[in-house]
Amino acid sequence: MTGTPPDATAERRQRWRERIEESILPPLVALTIAAVVGDLLIITFGQAPGEVYRQLLEGTWGNAYGFGQVIYKATTLTFTGLAVALGIRAGLFNIGAESQLAAGGFAAALAGLAIPGATPGIIAVIICIVAAALGGGAVGAVPGVLRARFGASEVIVTIMLNFIVLALLNYFVATHLAVAETLHTREINAGKLARLADMSPLFSGSAANMTLLLAIAVAGAVWWYLFRTRAGYELRAVGLQPDAAEYGGVRVGNVWAKTMIVSGALAGLGGINYVLGYKHYYEEGFGAGSGFLGIAVALVGRNHPVGVVIAALLFATLSQGGLAVNALVPKQMVDVLTAVVIIAVATAVPEVRRALAASRRREPGTGNREPFIANPGPSSQFPVPTSQQ
Amino acid sequence: MLAFLVQTLRIAVPYLFAAAGGIVSERAGIIALTLEGFMLTGAFCAALGSFYSGSPWVGIVAGVFGGVLAALLHALATIRYRADQVVVGIAMNLLAVGVTRFFLRLAFDSSSNSPRVPGFGGAEIASGVLGTLANPLVWMGLITMALVGWTLYRTPFGLRVRAAGEKPEAAASVGVPVRRVRWLAVALSGVCASLGGVYLALDQHQFTDGMTAGRGFIALAAVIFGKWDPKRVTIACFLFAAAETMQIRLQALQLVPSQFVEMIPYVLTIVALAGVVGRAVQPAALGKAVD
Repeated sequence: MTGTPPDATAERRQRWRERIEESILPPLVALTIAAVVGDLLIITFGQAPGEVYRQLLEGTWGNAYGFGQVIYKATTLTFTGLAVALGIRAGLFNIGAESQLAAGGFAAALAGLAIPGATPGIIAVIICIVAAALGGGAVGAVPGVLRARFGASEVIVTIMLNFIVLALLNYFVATHLAVAETLHTREINAGKLARLADMSPLFSGSAANMTLLLAIAVAGAVWWYLFRTRAGYELRAVGLQPDAAEYGGVRVGNVWAKTMIVSGALAGLGGINYVLGYKHYYEEGFGAGSGFLGIAVALVGRNHPVGVVIAALLFATLSQGGLAVNALVPKQMVDVLTAVVIIAVATAVPEVRRALAASRRREPGTGNREPFIANPGPSSQFPVPTSQQ
Repeated sequence: MLAFLVQTLRIAVPYLFAAAGGIVSERAGIIALTLEGFMLTGAFCAALGSFYSGSPWVGIVAGVFGGVLAALLHALATIRYRADQVVVGIAMNLLAVGVTRFFLRLAFDSSSNSPRVPGFGGAEIASGVLGTLANPLVWMGLITMALVGWTLYRTPFGLRVRAAGEKPEAAASVGVPVRRVRWLAVALSGVCASLGGVYLALDQHQFTDGMTAGRGFIALAAVIFGKWDPKRVTIACFLFAAAETMQIRLQALQLVPSQFVEMIPYVLTIVALAGVVGRAVQPAALGKAVD
């Protein structure tokens, strides 16, 4: 007998089995619930589920335009998903991605309008990107600072701020900036990004643009920040156990404030996709719920940058797929499905985990749910992988 | 002046209903992010019930039924399965938007609004002073808030609700069935909030897509600004409604841009949370699941 003793091998195999069960079963249960609800809705409308799903896939991944639109929508969702995920990693719930996204787009458009048209392309783009990050970050700073200084619930503050910021932007656009008879500004002078459709027939006619590369780079940067830097380590420590982190010398309030600012900036960058990449102007309501969908993206993506990108593709497919099947069933079906996926994931993931744990005769992991004001650590409901890398 | 007061009352009624629901839910420890969704569900079901039966009373029953159904789903996820209240709360609102739109297409083949449905009084009379006072839902709104206050502070059930929201472990240790109390509280919040939506649908004699337009969140703002106390919350509801009335009446003069008036409830709530004047402190176990 050489190498590892047999019981160690068995134990390792057992641990692998448990990890696979834990990562596959919960989403499977959630997906099943969503599929059942989807089928019911489709049957209610007198259609065949198989046909609807076939058209949904065909209208998204099955042709160049649909595929490009999925990529375009996934780009925005990657930014808002990363914004929400980063917050949750620090134990903060950023529900303000919707208005941070709008503020980022607005700031980018302002910058693009302010610079002269002769500005070299790359410099103009950089100026607009920085403006977008600053715009979103400024909105994120409010809940961050209020949380750090006064312990104000960031959930409520970000919700309220959504209304305030969107009303404020409406005011500026409606009274000062809008082109007559529209709800959008003039086209920006410089800083436009190239469409992917101009480079490859793979995206023919779609809105997908170079922002995609920025999204992938930012996802990589967030991964590196979270798992490879000291600041990211502190951020995760604060999210898991703020009291312990404080005791360990981390200034928790600072981390909260900083995280909300970065989170807001991430959401703000999403505005680039529309303003620089697609329409070249800011328009009222361009976010169209992408900020709120970011919550779903972060949840399904388990707050990991790679998961966020995959989840962004999933929800972008649903969103674009709704348009593809609108002739058969109301496109609102995908709104319902999105909500059902969120509820199912939020419910099934911890529940299946508990069931798995119980079936292994372990202590069910249920004892540490704290009020979010006293202990803002992500409740055990959140699928936060604690020992990444 | 009388017209101003009556208009304020009319705007305040949905806030009163929804805020009453918000108080019950939050005092029991369940975050009331769902008020908007409950209202929208209530409004749609009320339009449906009123349309098919021809009676606004059936509309009220149908609306409440829809709101309670939504509330029970929320309770199932957050209480029975202990899912995160904020996540499910946000999703419930998305669900309400999606479901009402889907069934609007299914029932009325429209993506914007239902046909005209019976309400209380004709549209012309209903907007007047007498019409408002003749609308039973206006009175129900005022009574609901009073009833919530009385229940919360004067009945054993109210005591249990407050215990479930402040110290669930202590409550459980003396035999209070915390989860059952929370189930009831969430169901009640569904009843109250959906009535706010019912009022909107019957007052406007139709359901329009997204007709609650953030009123559920204004109600939540009132709950927080009023520090989870029925009396103060009532004042907050009327305050927000009065600001809106002013804005509508002064619109022609263009003194203040309407967007700034819209912001008032939200700004006040953030100020209250930041504790500049008399900090708003939420129930201790708000958002906390119990085993």
